[in-house]
Amino acid sequence: MNAPETVKTLRIALVGNPNCGKSALFNTLTGLRQKVANYPGATVERHSGRMTGAPYVELIDLPGTYSLTPKSPDEAVTCDALFGRSAFEARPDGIVCVLDATNLGQHLRFALELKATGLPMVVALNMTDLARREGIEIDVEGLSKRLGVPVIETVAVRKTGIAEIKAAIGVLGTVSEQAPTDLPPLRQLQRDARAMAREVTLAEGSGHKITRQLDALFLHPVAGPIILFSLLFVMFQAVFSWAETPMDMIDGGVASLQGWLADTLPDGWVLSLLNDGILAGVGSVVIFLPQILILFTFILALESSGYLVRAAYLMDRLMSSVGLNGRAFIPLLSSFACAIPGIMAARTIADPKDRLTTILIAPLMTCSARLPVYTLVIAAFIPNESVWGGMVGLQGLVMFGLYLSGIVFALLAAFVFKRVLSDGKRQPFLLELPKYQVPHLRYIFVGLLERAKVFLRRAGTIILTAMIILWVLGSYPLPPEGATEPDIAYSYVGIIGKGLATVFAPLGFNWEISVALVPGLAAREVAVAALGTVYALSGDEEVVADSLVGLLASGWTLPTALAFLAWYVFAPQCLSTIAVTKRETGGWKWPLVMIGYLFGLAYLAAFLTYRIALAFSA
Amino acid sequence: MQQQTGETMRLGTLAPGQGGRIVAIEEADAPDGADNAERLRELGFAEELDATVLHQSPFGRDPIVVAVGSMTVALRRAEANLILVKTQ
Ligand SMILES: Nc1nc2c(ncn2[C@@H]2O[C@H](COP(=O)(O)OP(=O)(O)O)[C@@H](O)[C@H]2O)c(=O)[nH]1
Ligand SMILES: [Mg+2]
Repeated sequence: MNAPETVKTLRIALVGNPNCGKSALFNTLTGLRQKVANYPGATVERHSGRMTGAPYVELIDLPGTYSLTPKSPDEAVTCDALFGRSAFEARPDGIVCVLDATNLGQHLRFALELKATGLPMVVALNMTDLARREGIEIDVEGLSKRLGVPVIETVAVRKTGIAEIKAAIGVLGTVSEQAPTDLPPLRQLQRDARAMAREVTLAEGSGHKITRQLDALFLHPVAGPIILFSLLFVMFQAVFSWAETPMDMIDGGVASLQGWLADTLPDGWVLSLLNDGILAGVGSVVIFLPQILILFTFILALESSGYLVRAAYLMDRLMSSVGLNGRAFIPLLSSFACAIPGIMAARTIADPKDRLTTILIAPLMTCSARLPVYTLVIAAFIPNESVWGGMVGLQGLVMFGLYLSGIVFALLAAFVFKRVLSDGKRQPFLLELPKYQVPHLRYIFVGLLERAKVFLRRAGTIILTAMIILWVLGSYPLPPEGATEPDIAYSYVGIIGKGLATVFAPLGFNWEISVALVPGLAAREVAVAALGTVYALSGDEEVVADSLVGLLASGWTLPTALAFLAWYVFAPQCLSTIAVTKRETGGWKWPLVMIGYLFGLAYLAAFLTYRIALAFSA
Repeated sequence: MQQQTGETMRLGTLAPGQGGRIVAIEEADAPDGADNAERLRELGFAEELDATVLHQSPFGRDPIVVAVGSMTVALRRAEANLILVKTQ
């Protein structure tokens, strides 16, 4: 490689149509782990990293785009980067244009557009494994000669052609930038590109037959929607039932650790901090790890197989009835994992009003942080029985109902927002359906590992800190002489909780719940940890070993429990969601609207649920 | 003998299984016609390519899924109506 004498950084952007394998190539070249998924719009931000073996090369992964005139905010990110329009970043020194070898006629047009920018360029002819399997043969040398740039065959996911593309990228630093050339009109450019593709295509190939066959099933007018609905149903049912055993194991582990500590350590504040503060709080969140991993397995499989885009197509009609389009389904489904990537993914939505509406309703999708809250209350109050002939667990069914009510209210909210915001224009729905791919097990495994790390890191940092603070505030000041209530009632936590309880009393929330809602602002699952700590501190020594589920079952009434669930269907209790909304909407206006409407709905829903449940149980 | 030059139809009016060769992508008519036509072209619709309707949504038969060249695209009938095909 001709490394330049001075160690000047060579900045190279990866550009191409959506879903051609840019992020996969980026990961292989840098050893990093950007999101790779089989749908257009998986990348919505720029990311950069150093090329392994040649650290003076900075590679920049960009969102996919169909042209250099952006139609949506994610495409604008790419175009701004390419033209150096971004305020804090100069123009790249060269580009790697990634082309899908199975779709050359279409992708070449964009290659011609990129070439005309005058930036030094190499072409990565990617997905050559799929092309070979379909019987497509391309004259690589001929393509290189016609384009006037090096063309390297690659298989980004199998590390084929990587040494060659690295060498070609290294040489880009010695190529000087040309003046931009004028492009013919789009129609002529399409014709030129197709003519070029014809000339270099030695064999046409047979197309991806499996994709056609699977679509005949998944997009079937009757079977298609049934399969989609069943998939979502199984997903939420599985989250509940498959996780039971590992959760019991973690729960048992935490309890025996607490028992061991109680036997070993002398009674005192150290034992209380460890058992009541840390293990009761953090432990009550950590047991939800299996559920979160199961949910993510489903989401990763949906994303990497190519089915997600089909789901968006099937959902378009439903979405358009509230004024959105099927595209919005993709960010909304991501929001089941976490609202933050969901809100970011709304960048793929071209229309600003549609995008804003999608951002505002994303927090209503039940994110994985709400799982612990739901599971805890369901486990305490819903009997573990089977219904419909033992086919379906009642607890899982209630869980599904909570997810569903989130979705229904999201659609209703979208309807209202669209009425208020919209100019009434129907936005086009245009979505490329990628070929189906068998999800890589390794990729799913790595994704899950990443997820588990994030979850445990949060438990070990935010939640741990919050629990230590809560333990201190819950243990001091010490109760006065002759106190009748548990010690915690006289502490700062007790004082704050009782103050808040006046606001939440109409919802049936006792002071323990009210106080748990406060640390729940940092992240929803912290509320569960807080309940764990608060109840552990108010309990007698004997009940410490009892799990939180048992404590709630005996401490709360059913109407209170239901109101608590209703609250969490809406409650906007997550600071990071609010922060990302502010960033994506460029100001405080919309995050404030979001907080306002979600708090209002949460209060109203919890109030109505409590009153109605009271009336029924009376 | 098979008919070489069939009828010119709007792609958005076709049923699953029907299709033809694209002869034009209209830009003028609709308010956003030019914009939408550009999007269609950028996505991969072009004259002289074959386009076939593969599927239609079970709910209201809209949107549709179209095979065009070597791609598969989902779009609503309103947008598909900008595309004129000659059936064969
Ligand atoms: N078979 C095959 N699949 C690939 C190749 N490169 C990427 N993919 C898959 O194509 C999909 C899109 O990849 P991604 O990197 O996210 O595309 P991007 O949108 O261009 O960043 C993913 O499912 C990848 O696993 C390749 O060379 N061969
Ligand atoms: Mg990407």
